[in-house]
Amino acid sequence: MRHTFRETWSGLRRNLSMTIAVIVTMWVSLTLFGAGLMTMQQVDLIKDKWYDKIEISVFLCVEDLGGGNCDAGQDATQAQKDLVRTTLEANPEVEKVYYETKEQAYEEFRKVYKDSALLETVTQDQMQDSYRVKLKDPKNYQGVVEEAQTLPGVQAVQDLHTILDPVFNWLNALKWATLGMSALLLLAAALQIGNTIRMAAFARRRELGIMRLVGASNSYIMLPFLLESLVAGVVGAALACGTLAAGMYFIIVRNAQVSIKALRWIDWSHAGIAMAGVAGVGVALAIIPTLFATRKYLRV
Amino acid sequence: MITFEDVWKTYDGQTKPALRNVNVQIDKGEFVFLVGQSGSGKSTFLRLILREYRPTRGAIYVAGKDLGKLHQWKVPALRRQIGTVFQDFRLLPGKTVHENVAFALQVIGRPTSEIKQLVPETLEMVGLTGKGGRLPEELSGGEQQRVAIARAFVNRPKILIADEPTGNLDPATSVGIMKLLDRINRSDTTVIIATHDSTIVDQMRRRVIQLEGGDVVRDQIKGVYGTA
Repeated sequence: MRHTFRETWSGLRRNLSMTIAVIVTMWVSLTLFGAGLMTMQQVDLIKDKWYDKIEISVFLCVEDLGGGNCDAGQDATQAQKDLVRTTLEANPEVEKVYYETKEQAYEEFRKVYKDSALLETVTQDQMQDSYRVKLKDPKNYQGVVEEAQTLPGVQAVQDLHTILDPVFNWLNALKWATLGMSALLLLAAALQIGNTIRMAAFARRRELGIMRLVGASNSYIMLPFLLESLVAGVVGAALACGTLAAGMYFIIVRNAQVSIKALRWIDWSHAGIAMAGVAGVGVALAIIPTLFATRKYLRV
Repeated sequence: MITFEDVWKTYDGQTKPALRNVNVQIDKGEFVFLVGQSGSGKSTFLRLILREYRPTRGAIYVAGKDLGKLHQWKVPALRRQIGTVFQDFRLLPGKTVHENVAFALQVIGRPTSEIKQLVPETLEMVGLTGKGGRLPEELSGGEQQRVAIARAFVNRPKILIADEPTGNLDPATSVGIMKLLDRINRSDTTVIIATHDSTIVDQMRRRVIQLEGGDVVRDQIKGVYGTA
């Protein structure tokens, strides 16, 4: 055991510059990877919130707003409202229909734009009564939207998909770009570890040859190399986790959660998942290339 | 101790076999010279005993183990029963004589107390008393080979294999090395020496197995180098 630690230590010292290079590469690539994981979770959270709660809003006519199937200057009549509700409820794709009064809408609006100047310009009367439609399968919204648009008393039909899809497309692109870049960097890190260990094994090929000859076990021969790359991997992963934690604290906890309350932000449990992923990938990234790099010297 | 049964060995990518239908039995405590020109199959013979390669055909038994059926992870255990010495000594240049010999015990996990006792004992046996602190480069060729022999023997293997142990040494020094190997043999260790040093073979008058182009052409008790 003493031999193993001594060899690990001397290996790390001998390749100090390479070890630092490996750690830095691991650090950056794992941070990017963890950031990708956190972005992914954030996107999912926002998606869940917007997509699952309400899928389609059917806005009813009010005095101040014309257009759609409205009779100018008139609120939608009770008969029209009832017809809209029964029609929506009869649609097989619809799971549930909620009615939201303009008072409720205004409350919600005030909550969301609490600190915004926009609040001053909007009155309760500009708000509309609406039906909020929850679908059985959020993907099949097209038919319900088309049907609702033809009904009298309906001012406008808004499905969140038309508004949010472009946003989520961008967020998705961002997510995949982050993960893709981190994958490239992780590949570079893996190759770098493999090369470092191969060089270290080459430098010690005489010892390795004699070890094999006198019957040292494979695990005994490989352990110093494994520990060496594991140290680099664990240090890199720890630095990445620290960076992620700092990012989480300064960007999300201190800023985003405070200033934009309407959105659900990722919390420490999500950051924990990302860090666990980072740690797992970091360890795997240290071990797998090492096993490949030392294979040649262990072949009996 | 060592049995070759109808052993053929053809290396990958070659058509001519390095060993052809070899049948040899070497008993416990024997002293055997393996002679023949370069490329006759001597080294292949030794490497098959060490299970560096598997035979293409036939079976090899070493110390009661069928090497063809020996699991990969049991190879280290086999090697611990075989000491090996090479023409080029293969000492670790940065380590002292003592450390070089101790290394062989350390890497198979022997306790320090045992190493402290066995290494000086073995160095004394090979005639290197008082030179444990030297570096290999400070020693003569003959002394370096003694270190290599000490390293091969320190674990008290059942078999000692030497591939051209006197190939880099002058005749007088070679005699000393042979005497040492003879002494090790008398402690009931099976010794196999591949060589084309005809002088020592003729002097020792031990069993000679001669290889030629992969065939065993002679297996003679108390033989000499030539076919006389």
